[in-house]
Amino acid sequence: MTVQTTSAPIEKPPVTEVGAIGWLRANLFNSKSNSVLTIVCFAFIVYVIQAVVPWAFLNAVWTGTPKDCQAPGAGACWAVIGEKNRFTLFGRYTYDEQWRPALAIGLFLLLVGASCIRRLWGKALIWAWVGQVFMWAILMWGGVLGLTFVNHEQWGGLPLTLMMSVVAIVVAYPIGIVLALGRRSDMPAARGLCVAYIELIRGVPLISVLFMASVMIPLFFPEGVSVDKLLRAQIGFTLFLSAYLAEVVRAGLQAIPKGQYEAADALGLGYWAKMRLIVLPQALRLVIPPMVNSFISTFKDTSLVIIIGLVDLLNAGKIAVNDPPWRSFYVEMYIYIALIYFAFCFTMSKFSQRLERDLSKATSR
Amino acid sequence: MTPQRQARREQLAAAPINIEVSHVHKWYGEFHVLRDVNLAVSKGERIVICGPSGSGKSTLIRCINRLEEHQKGNIIVDGTELTNDVKNIEVIRREVGMVFQSFNLFPHLTVLENCTLAPIWVKKLPKKEAEAIAMKYLERVRIPDQALKYPGQLSGGQQQRVAIARSLCMSPKIMLFDEPTSALDPEMVKEVLDVMISLAEDGMTMLCVTHEMGFAKSVADRVIFMDRGEIIEQNVPDEFFNNPQSERTKLFLSQILNH
Repeated sequence: MTVQTTSAPIEKPPVTEVGAIGWLRANLFNSKSNSVLTIVCFAFIVYVIQAVVPWAFLNAVWTGTPKDCQAPGAGACWAVIGEKNRFTLFGRYTYDEQWRPALAIGLFLLLVGASCIRRLWGKALIWAWVGQVFMWAILMWGGVLGLTFVNHEQWGGLPLTLMMSVVAIVVAYPIGIVLALGRRSDMPAARGLCVAYIELIRGVPLISVLFMASVMIPLFFPEGVSVDKLLRAQIGFTLFLSAYLAEVVRAGLQAIPKGQYEAADALGLGYWAKMRLIVLPQALRLVIPPMVNSFISTFKDTSLVIIIGLVDLLNAGKIAVNDPPWRSFYVEMYIYIALIYFAFCFTMSKFSQRLERDLSKATSR
Repeated sequence: MTPQRQARREQLAAAPINIEVSHVHKWYGEFHVLRDVNLAVSKGERIVICGPSGSGKSTLIRCINRLEEHQKGNIIVDGTELTNDVKNIEVIRREVGMVFQSFNLFPHLTVLENCTLAPIWVKKLPKKEAEAIAMKYLERVRIPDQALKYPGQLSGGQQQRVAIARSLCMSPKIMLFDEPTSALDPEMVKEVLDVMISLAEDGMTMLCVTHEMGFAKSVADRVIFMDRGEIIEQNVPDEFFNNPQSERTKLFLSQILNH
């Protein structure tokens, strides 16, 4: 038997193991091949920075005319954005009324911000979103409260992109859930119908769904009734997204253990109560990452409306740089548009990560 | 036979029949899992069902609340026959509570919400009342202090006690236990069995699939041995354990009692 009588002194770890040097050794230079890789990557990063920074910042023209941008040695022509910003953001919306879509976007961003704060979640927030829909209708169309009427054929730019994606997501979400439940239903007719719908829509490219929506939907209506182009595109997006969401939700439903269904059955819950209270809350939580994936791709896919002639954010930018004097500065315009898309997609991604973390924190052991 | 046993027997003989299973057959595909099973359970009777795995004992009790469908024969629970009629199934499920081997608590709801869910949505009780009932049963299973935790934060024994409380909140007339202690660490088996014993003392009709032979000896009115889809032997515990009749019962008992 041995007994410890003296205790070893508590010492600081060797300097090569901690701090910046320790970190570098452990992560970047922990083997010969990794050291080489580190140096190569570092060289590449330096090369890219020295190529981009002078163009994008040091020699860039921030304001001015096309003449200034074409001066020898001039870098990026950010002036094009200042010049064309309003057309890019709002499309053909009546110029003097463009404060209205701007206000609408502001309201939207405000509510998105509020929705990111967990503390504010509740009935009030839901009603705020419902109210937002009416606010958008009033602001965008006008015709009431002394606002001049603006036909929706003039809508364009960022409000159009936001509206199409948000409406598609909000409407497709419940449809996707119903389709997923239908696909796992015991009723052969319901199941067959849902499978057929999902496979049909998933089996064709979005562009052809949009074409079909704009060409075929009018055929279903009696002559004289015209369904608006915007609405047709909206229906197309919603149908497309709902098929994808259905598969995402189905993955979640399949991940729920059989015991959960049995426990709900044994307690006497009916089918809808079982799904709504037990199965879906767990399944939807599991599929947040792929679900947000679908949302993000829908947001970006709205740019495909260019093929049926709607002026969304990307198309508005494209039209804006068609102006002959500015034509050669399309790269700057596309970078600007890419940054706007990125800002929204990145926000969605971050929001979903936080949501996941919050929800799992509550229930984990 | 002790006078208490004798009295208990007479009391049960006089009690009405609560569950009647007659000539029940069930197949999983080609596999004949229940073969002509007959069983009558009196009100307040405590039955322990044992047998080797695959003998159909779990399937039998799962047929009683229609988690499994039988293909031939009749099952009558508390006067209602189990048919494909969804209304009947729902009526019976309200009367019959079930406790599972793997607890099957709802992980996204707190312990209290697990308990109030069915009373609120099935019995349409107001939330306050459902919560009062839930707290009463959580006290009964001795974990009222865990009411606001999530199932994932509890030990196995605590989870199973919550599962029992959740069933009791629907005030069932019959409780089915499907190997309630098989998934528990050994030191947690007792706390669950204690709750089951106290339920038995209150006169609950109970059907337990379990290998806890100590529980069977002290609590059961009748022990049933099943093998290959049939009821091979049934008897009062003393007789069952001390004087088994069939060879298969003897073999089974020798396997589980001498290790």
